[in-house]
Amino acid sequence: MSQGWLQFGVFIVALTALVPLLGTYLAKVFASERVFLSPVAGPVERLGYRLLRVRPGEGQDWREYARSVLAFSLLSWLLLYLILRTQSIQPFNPEGFGSGPWNLSFNTASSFVTNTNWQYYGGETTLSHFAQMTGLAVQNFVSAAVGTAVLAAAIRGFAARSASSLGNFWSDLTRITLYVLLPIAFVAALVLVSQGVVQTLSGSELVHTLSGAEQTLSFGPVASQEAIKLLGTNGGGFFNVNSAFPFENPNSATNIFELFLMLAIPASLPYAFGRIVGNRRQGWAIYAAMMAMFVASVAVVYVAEQHGSPAQHAAGLVTHAFDGSSGGNMEGKEVRNGIVQSSLWTAVTTVTSAGAVNAAFDSLTGIGGLVPLANLSTGEVIFGGVGSGLYGMLMLVLLTVFIAGLMVGRTPEFLGKKIEAREVKLVLVAVLATPLLVLIGTAWAVAGDDGTQSIYNPGPQGFSESLYAYMSQANNNGSAFAGYTGFLQPNAPGNAGAEAFDFPNLLGGVVMLLGRFMPMIAVLAVAGSLAGKQVAPLGAGTFRADSPTFVVLLLGVVMIVAALTFFPAFLLGPVVQGLTGQLF
Amino acid sequence: MNGLRKDLTTAAVALAFFTLLLGAAYPLAITGVARALFPGAANGSKVEVGGRVVGSELIGQDFGGDPRYFQGRPSATEYSADVTYFNNLGPNSRELSELFAEELKAYLTRERHYDKGLTAAEIPVDAVTTSASGVDPHVSEANARVQAHRVAAVRGLPLDRVLELVAAHTEGRFLVFGEAGVNVLTLNIALDREEGK
Repeated sequence: MSQGWLQFGVFIVALTALVPLLGTYLAKVFASERVFLSPVAGPVERLGYRLLRVRPGEGQDWREYARSVLAFSLLSWLLLYLILRTQSIQPFNPEGFGSGPWNLSFNTASSFVTNTNWQYYGGETTLSHFAQMTGLAVQNFVSAAVGTAVLAAAIRGFAARSASSLGNFWSDLTRITLYVLLPIAFVAALVLVSQGVVQTLSGSELVHTLSGAEQTLSFGPVASQEAIKLLGTNGGGFFNVNSAFPFENPNSATNIFELFLMLAIPASLPYAFGRIVGNRRQGWAIYAAMMAMFVASVAVVYVAEQHGSPAQHAAGLVTHAFDGSSGGNMEGKEVRNGIVQSSLWTAVTTVTSAGAVNAAFDSLTGIGGLVPLANLSTGEVIFGGVGSGLYGMLMLVLLTVFIAGLMVGRTPEFLGKKIEAREVKLVLVAVLATPLLVLIGTAWAVAGDDGTQSIYNPGPQGFSESLYAYMSQANNNGSAFAGYTGFLQPNAPGNAGAEAFDFPNLLGGVVMLLGRFMPMIAVLAVAGSLAGKQVAPLGAGTFRADSPTFVVLLLGVVMIVAALTFFPAFLLGPVVQGLTGQLF
Repeated sequence: MNGLRKDLTTAAVALAFFTLLLGAAYPLAITGVARALFPGAANGSKVEVGGRVVGSELIGQDFGGDPRYFQGRPSATEYSADVTYFNNLGPNSRELSELFAEELKAYLTRERHYDKGLTAAEIPVDAVTTSASGVDPHVSEANARVQAHRVAAVRGLPLDRVLELVAAHTEGRFLVFGEAGVNVLTLNIALDREEGK
């Protein structure tokens, strides 16, 4: 297994080396400073402001900022819904796909506007190139930019001294798109094409294979979407099997490159935070807490998958590695990724809110499948989504500061600002909203008849599928135990005869929207409240939040909140399967 | 209310601006540059035999059990490249376990005829588990080495020569990352060519 640990080690060292570079760049973009891309992006940025009629320097208080976020997201939702519902009359539709049904389109529009990218449909059998490019890919960019913009606003709240402005949403949205997402995605897309990711507007092609059988190769503008799908921690695949499909992720080089794309921005944001608030140690302390949980996730899923599954052992398969074979649970995994890169991907895609997969999660071992569930259950704060991960973690930092303050009997402070009743109440809204949605959604889905038609596997795995579905949607991740079904596709030409279920599409859509915007508004309210506070100088009795002690406390709070909320649910699904060799 | 109306107007303009930039200009620019710089890769890395496209070197194919060819991994989709899905059976699934037992038996029956001492303990996991994509283009090196006995015997080629071809069509790790895999389609094409000499 040493080869596996080596692969993880090199990846983590390389990622950490990237953090100060990209983190500094992000901080400069947030602060509207000049960067090396300014000569190229600057003119487009100024054109955007002229069209939008906004003055980028005009500050908004938290309510105004939140209103702009919601207005933009509402219109994004309406436009995407419209595109999905009228697909049949649009151009670039070589396969002649029909328009989406209303319930599936409701789910999909909610999914992509909230940066979730949960997919009940299979991309290559449902969506035209036009819908993929102008609908989904656009939201892949701007939903990521919205999350990052809200983080930038929140950071300004932490850094401000007796102010009310959190910055300007339209300026943040534009700058993050033009200076960060678009240039990186552009280069990344070309790197991916060079390795074999397809990029064409033509339709599918029937070929006669070497042994005379027929095979239809499906094409599309994949690379341009793949790049932003990962960079923006979106995760919605062009193809149904996502990054397991060779046209999305053809070799070992693209696999590791795509992993970097997913983590690059979320891992660099804590550094950017530290730089802006003038305390780099604080940025690294948060990074350390995130990294510790990430390393634990990778290790557990790797050991579990390398061990193999009860289904394999009962069939008499030998699952240990030997010369020329990786061994382990290779069901639902690709040879080129093997156990190591499939395990690493499983952890990366669930600590970030990407949700792209390069292996089948439904076929992970019990404990291997528990890891992604546990990662999601933290509220996506282990690096998390672009922007949303760090603002979620900052809420838990405030909660930790508050609990530490209670323990030593002092007024809690963070970065010199007093944390008082109003902030703590809002923090609790931000921290508890998503767990509530998960538990209510899952309970509803498994208790009545409405949700059971979606379940594919019998026994505890069926419960895991349901829990995972609402866990993933509420936390805006989008990965799935993909047996869970919301759309039946008979594979007829033009997707004729496909049928979407009301219950999972509607409940899932509502859960995604609430899971995105409830915490987001609470975060902006906290930031608005903090912005108005004065900064007190550090005293001898100040509890420092940039110390190793604090990192340990923070880890404790994150894990205790998740465990207290979800432990019973975990026991019913993945833990049962991890503890038994029994088949169901 | 005035503020909200202004926000909605700004949002509408912003959405139009970003849709043109990110939904049209960006993917079309990538398509153009990709076609100019990497035409083969952008169009699916197709492979031709005798001037006829027989598939993509990145997409695995079903060789239907033909003993002259190396066989790819079990597939939940019968190697469909336009309707993709996972097998999705869970780790404690009885159905999955029965599937494994069948695949194991079929593999042993097929290969043992040419490799007399072959036991279940020597069968690599990839030979009996379904892939994620359904079109995994690779098999493990151990899997190919077992099958080499059959292919060499049926084609009347020396085993060493077949193993040489296996090695030539093994794609290694990238730096330290990933796993080595034997590309089944390009290997089988090379075998046909070798025999045609």
